[in-house]
Amino acid sequence: MSMRSQVLVEHHGVATGKNMTTWQTLRRGVELSPELRKGIWVTVALAVLSTLGRVLVPFVVQRITDEGILADGGPDMRVVAGYIGIALAGVAVTAVSAYFVNVRLFRASESGLATLRRKAFRHIHDLAMLTQNTERRGSLVSRVTSDVDTISMFVQFGGLMLMINIAQVTLATVLMVVYSPLLGLVVWLCFVPLFVIIRKFQGIVGRAYTRVRERVGDMLGAISEAVVGAQAIRAYGVEDRTAERIDAAVEAHRKAAIGAQARSVVAFTSGQLVSGLTTAVVLVVGTVLAARGSLTLGELLAFLFLVNLFTQPVQQATEILNEMQNAVAGWRRVIGIIDTPADVSDPGESGVTLPRGPITVQFNEVGFAYPGGAPVLHDIDLTIAPRSRIAIVGETGSGKSTLAKLLTRLMDSSSGQVLLDGVDLRTIRFSSLRSRVVLVPQEGFLFGGTLLDNIRFGRPQASEHDVRLTLTELGLDPWVSTLPLGLATDVGQRGESLSAGERQLVALARAYLADPDLLVLDEATSAVDPSTEVRIQRALDSLTRGRTSIAIAHRLSTAQAADEVIVVDAGRIVERGHHTELVRLGGVYSRLHDSWVAQQQAI
Amino acid sequence: MNVPPTSTLREGLAVIGRGIKDQPRWFALAVLGSIVYGVMTSLTAAAIGFVVQRAITPAIEAGHASAQQLWFIGGVMAAVVLTTIIGVIGRRIAGGVAMYNLGAIYRRRVTRQYLRLPLSWHHKHPSGQLLSNANADVEATWNIFAPLPMALGVVVMLVFGIVQMVVVDPWLAVVGLTVFPMLFLANVAFQRAMSPRVTRAQQLRADVSEVAHESFEAALIVKSLGREDHEAERFRTVTDELRDANIEVGRTRGRFDPAIEAIPTVGTLAVLFVGTLRVSSGQITAAQVVQIAYLFSILAFPVRALGWVLAELPRAVVGWNRVSAVLDASGSMTFGSRALPSGSASHVQTEGLAYAYEITTEEGEDDVNPALVDVTLDVAPGSTVAVVGPTGSGKSTLTNLVMRLVDPDSGAVVVDDIDLRDVRRGGVSDVAALVAQQTFMFDDTVRGNITLGAQHDDDSVWRALHVAQGAGFVEHLPDALDTRVGERGASLSGGQRQRIALARAVIREPQLLILDDATSAVDPSVEQAILGRLREASSGTTVLVVAYRMATILLADEIVYLEGGRVVDHGSHEALLGRCVGYERLVTAYAREAAEREAIAAGEEHDAELDDELGDGPERGAGAAAEEVSR
Repeated sequence: MSMRSQVLVEHHGVATGKNMTTWQTLRRGVELSPELRKGIWVTVALAVLSTLGRVLVPFVVQRITDEGILADGGPDMRVVAGYIGIALAGVAVTAVSAYFVNVRLFRASESGLATLRRKAFRHIHDLAMLTQNTERRGSLVSRVTSDVDTISMFVQFGGLMLMINIAQVTLATVLMVVYSPLLGLVVWLCFVPLFVIIRKFQGIVGRAYTRVRERVGDMLGAISEAVVGAQAIRAYGVEDRTAERIDAAVEAHRKAAIGAQARSVVAFTSGQLVSGLTTAVVLVVGTVLAARGSLTLGELLAFLFLVNLFTQPVQQATEILNEMQNAVAGWRRVIGIIDTPADVSDPGESGVTLPRGPITVQFNEVGFAYPGGAPVLHDIDLTIAPRSRIAIVGETGSGKSTLAKLLTRLMDSSSGQVLLDGVDLRTIRFSSLRSRVVLVPQEGFLFGGTLLDNIRFGRPQASEHDVRLTLTELGLDPWVSTLPLGLATDVGQRGESLSAGERQLVALARAYLADPDLLVLDEATSAVDPSTEVRIQRALDSLTRGRTSIAIAHRLSTAQAADEVIVVDAGRIVERGHHTELVRLGGVYSRLHDSWVAQQQAI
Repeated sequence: MNVPPTSTLREGLAVIGRGIKDQPRWFALAVLGSIVYGVMTSLTAAAIGFVVQRAITPAIEAGHASAQQLWFIGGVMAAVVLTTIIGVIGRRIAGGVAMYNLGAIYRRRVTRQYLRLPLSWHHKHPSGQLLSNANADVEATWNIFAPLPMALGVVVMLVFGIVQMVVVDPWLAVVGLTVFPMLFLANVAFQRAMSPRVTRAQQLRADVSEVAHESFEAALIVKSLGREDHEAERFRTVTDELRDANIEVGRTRGRFDPAIEAIPTVGTLAVLFVGTLRVSSGQITAAQVVQIAYLFSILAFPVRALGWVLAELPRAVVGWNRVSAVLDASGSMTFGSRALPSGSASHVQTEGLAYAYEITTEEGEDDVNPALVDVTLDVAPGSTVAVVGPTGSGKSTLTNLVMRLVDPDSGAVVVDDIDLRDVRRGGVSDVAALVAQQTFMFDDTVRGNITLGAQHDDDSVWRALHVAQGAGFVEHLPDALDTRVGERGASLSGGQRQRIALARAVIREPQLLILDDATSAVDPSVEQAILGRLREASSGTTVLVVAYRMATILLADEIVYLEGGRVVDHGSHEALLGRCVGYERLVTAYAREAAEREAIAAGEEHDAELDDELGDGPERGAGAAAEEVSR
């Protein structure tokens, strides 16, 4: 138990995807969001078409200059008007195809990313409980929110630009070569160092943005304490200390963000610098060529348009590549979580579906150790007969909660087997397992909404009548009637308008309504008052006749009511039997019982 | 939701103004850089015209380019480029610093509010929303500072560009003066169309975050009830809505973007057309026409920065509105200036306390859920008072009121003759400590969670842990006191967290200790030990303890029995047992249950004895019954 957190992070953590290359990330990203690829070639074709219109302009400018304005015998209005007509047509084609590119790209990317969000969300729920617990909740949330948002920013703005830019660079190159192969070569030669610089900076900028994302996670964690820990902070007057902790996280994020910005500015301006210097070089070389008569002034000036047409997209591309690093960092995190194996996984279609009816539970030489930690359970051999009511008791840290988690397959045993009705737990379909075996944990989370909706969470198709019946059976009617709106009462965020004991009552009713064949209660009534607890206990007694129930409790009232008590100590079952027998035995249980009785001792 | 665009523009400018006021220097530097960039960019065309006239044309005419001419061309162009780059670097770095500084400033301000506002305010706001206010909304507000300096530079660029056109030819300038305002108007129309759509998308983004947050917090429940599909479906509904809203944003962008891009191109063609006419009439040269046409092509792209700013405006305004809702939140707890006396156990009195939680009905109307109706108490200094009552009777609410985490709707809490509302900020937690039913752990070390930053040496930390019966398990943690407990103490069990929380209270040696069922997650034997040590350690302390266990109750000098938010009875245990039915039923529940089961078990073996035992069973107190159990 003690080494748990450290060990988990090493062995059971969520994959960060850090070791994926950009290319692998993009490929895996597209694989996870197939919508991104669907119809991409039509979009690319449209993008090329829209670029054609753009490239038409410098061409027309050159023709108008050379054949229209500088025509022999004075400017020729007819030629000028003709070329302008062609250019206008080009502009129209560009605009229309750009519209479709935009719409198609948004539809593809938003659909693809919605799919990615859904897959990540679903997978987070499918991850083993231990894996979920290694991550901050806020950090899990960012995998389906802000991380995906950075991708969408890139795909929609950058992706479109990148496509257009590539087409534009290609076309500009072709035109440059047509005008003057030598100048075209000069332009390309000037840009070679830029490509080298960009490659180098990509890594630097990419790492800087990964750091920023990590700092965002820390910052969200710190801020969430001010929100979730509002009560504790006020009770201890530690507002200032909390503020300092938040400030430190905010400051670390600010520094990381400015650092990343500075690096990306250097990368971006190197593009602009090269572009500007290229213009200068082209003018110098062009002048030499023009002086030799192999280029007209009109051609040289038109070439400057082409250089602009070439450098603008390249410059933009350097910036987009920076943005891409940001997006890839986000994408890595999402892919990392999706590719984290769900250690405790659903056998799915091939799995066994158990028939309904009371369940026999069997542990065969079961051992359990948290990853990398010392064993918590040793050689547990245990058979629990159907329809029996079992209480598991033991001191804190004895391993009794671990038993409950193995039994409900929130975790898998390290050795040995857990069998339900003779079937290995690992081969049972989750849909079957979860409907037949339900765990009620100590802190039953409630959703913002009405009491009715919360109780119905385990079985949404249940009618209000079913819910009322459940409450009546559990003897909770009187409690519900004290609530202002009865079942329609809003329980508030996380059920905060209810007390902890009341939340446990809701959690219990919720599990009860789900109607499992094996009910596992892990300290499920620890915050409920004794007379209500006894009342519930009795209700469960009469109602669990048809099912198997296992209760983990340190209030021994539960143990007294059970058919059989199992005493766990230091990871082993040390005693087993009926309450009265165990009390007489004078062992671990009788000691626990003595202190329990001492607590109840009045006068 | 549908904010009129004109007001968006006005509000947007107000947001920008606020940002400039907070970061005037960095912003000025960014604008300066941007102006340098703007001026130099629009001079590029003139520079080309200049070198063409001074060096290229003479070289072509001479049929030979001298080295001097070539250096002149290269030198002029390189100078222009380098100056431009310096402007760009200044603009971008200073703009980035301004933007991130603003983000940090407002994150601090927002979180200060979270820490300052009363607990009742927190209860009304979903935590997912509050997180989003401090993160995504702050970011959305200040993102506009990324394109803003550039846009201001572009304005300068445009002015320069138009001046050049006027110098070359007034008719060409007319083309420019037609095209650029058109471009601006198109951008305004764009922003108007985008505003409501972007607002909606942003709201949905917050919804997605809220659903994810709630669902992941509930991960264990979702898993144990096998509701993953149901949750995935709930998430799918909001993500699909977000997707559709974003596609709508894209469609709108698709309609405007190409049009806005086409305008400068059409302008270039107009320049060529008008220019040809002017050349025909001999007013200007062909080179001048080309220069102006080139100017258009250079300006076409940067001018869009104006559009970016306008496109960011609605987002910034929505973000700001959400942020300022937190910054302007009122209903804050007011504090007096008095300090509670220190040095001796506190005297706690409450007079007619009433408190109701605000709730919303299904019809969306506000309603209240009364938790306390009328609670009057008098807790003598140094005494221990147990608050007993059924689940939902208002016990935790009472502890929150005594700790002044919330203020009563009516009535008052008076400690040492001072109304808590007159106590200065932090004055209550100076003398009192609350161990809540549900413990909160900071993402810090064990030590940090106990001292909470106060100066305590390790000896006193260990002493506090001994009282809380936590020393044993802490010793075995890998780094003992320096072990990090993880977010919310995830690496610890519930009982371990409770013991650290107890130590956190004990180490402060409070004059008033409030325990709200603070040992619910520990074993009976550990609880016994804790209570024993606590009794020894807290001689100078008034203790208010919410309890169900007899052992805890028996530590109390007086018992207050609550039911339905009212004090039904108070007095000694013996007195209450005799006259308060609800109390008796509650505290003897286990013993009666045990006795009955014992009796049934015994009855199965010894039928004869059964009648005797049951004969006087119900009339006897729990003591007798329990004695029987332990027999």
